[in-house]
Amino acid sequence: MVRKIFLFIILILFLYMIFPLISEFKILSQIPDLAKYYLEKGPDELGSANLVTSVIVSYRGLDTLGEVTVLFIATAGIGFLLRKKSRISLTPNRKASEILRTGSAFLLPIIFLYGIFIFTHGHLTPGGGFQGGVIIASGILLLMLAEISWKMNYLILHWVESLSGFFYVIIGLLGIFLAAGFLDNRLLPLGDFGRLFSAGAIPFIYSFVGLKVGSELVGILTKLQR
Amino acid sequence: MTIIIILVLGILMLSSAILALQLKDLVAAIISAGVISLLASVLFLILAAPDVAMTEAAIGSGLTTVVFLFTINRIRKLKGDDDG
Repeated sequence: MVRKIFLFIILILFLYMIFPLISEFKILSQIPDLAKYYLEKGPDELGSANLVTSVIVSYRGLDTLGEVTVLFIATAGIGFLLRKKSRISLTPNRKASEILRTGSAFLLPIIFLYGIFIFTHGHLTPGGGFQGGVIIASGILLLMLAEISWKMNYLILHWVESLSGFFYVIIGLLGIFLAAGFLDNRLLPLGDFGRLFSAGAIPFIYSFVGLKVGSELVGILTKLQR
Repeated sequence: MTIIIILVLGILMLSSAILALQLKDLVAAIISAGVISLLASVLFLILAAPDVAMTEAAIGSGLTTVVFLFTINRIRKLKGDDDG
C-alpha cells in the first residue's frame, strides 16, 4: 500500500516535470541563431549537400565520437556478460528452409550494396554511417538466419572494428593540425558541391563510422547467437 | 491534414505501447514494441527528418527487436536445459 502511494507521488511529480513541455509549447516563429548560422554558412564552409551530415560529422563531431564510444562500451559489456560459451548449442541442427536460403542469397548483395551506398553518400543523401552500418548488420543477420552453420570470423570483425575506430580518431586529430579543429573536414579539398568526392573528409569519416558501427552490431548479434 | 495523420500515428503508437505492456505472450509483446518504433519512423518522415527516420526504422524496429528475440530464445533454451 505504502509502495503504491509512493509510486503515485513519483508519477505526479513526473507529470509536473513534463507539463511545461505541453503548456508552454509554441511553434517557433524564427530560427534560433545557431541554427541560422548552420543554415547560412554550412554549405559554403563544409561543402556538404546534406546539411544534417555536416552538423553531425563536423560541427558536432565530438558528440558522434561519443555515441560511437557508447556503442563500443555496450558491445564490450555484452561480450563480458556472455563471455562463457553456453553448455548447450543454441543453434538448431536442421537447415533453414529452401525459401529463406534462396531469398537471402538473392537479397544479400543488394542489402550490402545499399548499406555501403548509405554510408558513402552520407554527405549527399539522408542517412550516414550509423544507418549504413545497421543495414550491413541486418544483412549479416539474414546470413546468420539462412546459413545456420556459418560462423562469423571474430578476428576479421575485431580488426575491422579496431582499425576503423583508430582511423576515425586519426582523421579527427589530423583536423587539428591541417584545418581548424578536431574532426574538421577541411583537411582535404572540398571539391565540387554535390559530387561523391566532395565535402572534404566527410565521406571517409562516415565510411569509418559505418564500418565500426556495423562490426560492433554484428559482434553483439554473434555473441547473442552462439 | 498533417495534424490528423500525426494524431492517428500518436494514438496507434500509444495503443501498441499499452499492448506491449499488457500482452502475456512475450514474443507478441516484443513485436508490439517494434511497431512503436516503426510508427515513430513514419512520424519522423512526416516531420521532415529523414535521417532520424532511417535510424529509428533500422535500429528501433529492426535490430532491437532481433536482439530481444535472440535473448528470449537463449533464455528459453537455457531454461529447458535446467528442467531436463
